[in-house]
Amino acid sequence: MQLSTKTEDQLRIVSVQEPRIDAAVAIEFKDAMRAETDGGSEIVVLDLSEVQFIDSSGLGAIVAAMKNLGAERRMALAGLTPTVERVFKLTRMDTVFSVFSTVDGALKELRN
Amino acid sequence: MAVALLPPFEISVQSSDMAVRDALAQILTELGPLELSVEESGTIELVLAEVLNNIVEHAYPEPDNPGDIHIYCNHRPDGLHLKITDQGAAMPDGAAPLGKQASLDVDLMDLPEGGFGWFLIQDLAKDVQYARVENENQLTIRIAVALSS
Repeated sequence: MQLSTKTEDQLRIVSVQEPRIDAAVAIEFKDAMRAETDGGSEIVVLDLSEVQFIDSSGLGAIVAAMKNLGAERRMALAGLTPTVERVFKLTRMDTVFSVFSTVDGALKELRN
Repeated sequence: MAVALLPPFEISVQSSDMAVRDALAQILTELGPLELSVEESGTIELVLAEVLNNIVEHAYPEPDNPGDIHIYCNHRPDGLHLKITDQGAAMPDGAAPLGKQASLDVDLMDLPEGGFGWFLIQDLAKDVQYARVENENQLTIRIAVALSS
């Protein structure tokens, strides 16, 4: 599971460098997210612009990654591709996360 | 514009961690001539991913004891009629789950991390029917894409 992370202005941006977050990699994704986000206090922006497909296991893993941050720390999503966005809308999980169309848009909004 | 009907086809995979990706790639390749939209192919991929994940996880729960999964696809004027079969464990209640939408009206830390699969199948597919025939699970669904009626 390839993730790339950078920290800018108290925001931790985690970009998923994989085309799919599905049942085959859900646990790996959860573990990798934990490694990239543990011990910080920043808001996490999860950049999904490379991800073309998630299934319910992938969705569950993203929810788990958010819960792992603890109640004090937020996670925002950016760059949802069409099928990924549909999974969030259908399950109404788009109401739980802040969703931004691009990482730049998320950074601009969250810095304020 | 009428869509030409695709000839019926079937694919088979043996259950494993990577079997679902393999099966989905094969099916989307077979459906290539239909030139489906991103939304249509997304619907097919999502529904079948959930169905196949359930088979790998629940019908054949032991990785050391895998089994065959067959997918039959019949394109008709009202969409793709799919039949998915396996010889694994039966559905617990002898019926396909209703797939209720999980409640999100809870504390952040209590948000559900699972239970979305059957909701997505029931929401996106039509005519979902499950039967246990001798030692075989047979799930039939229709996905209303590539319509010509």
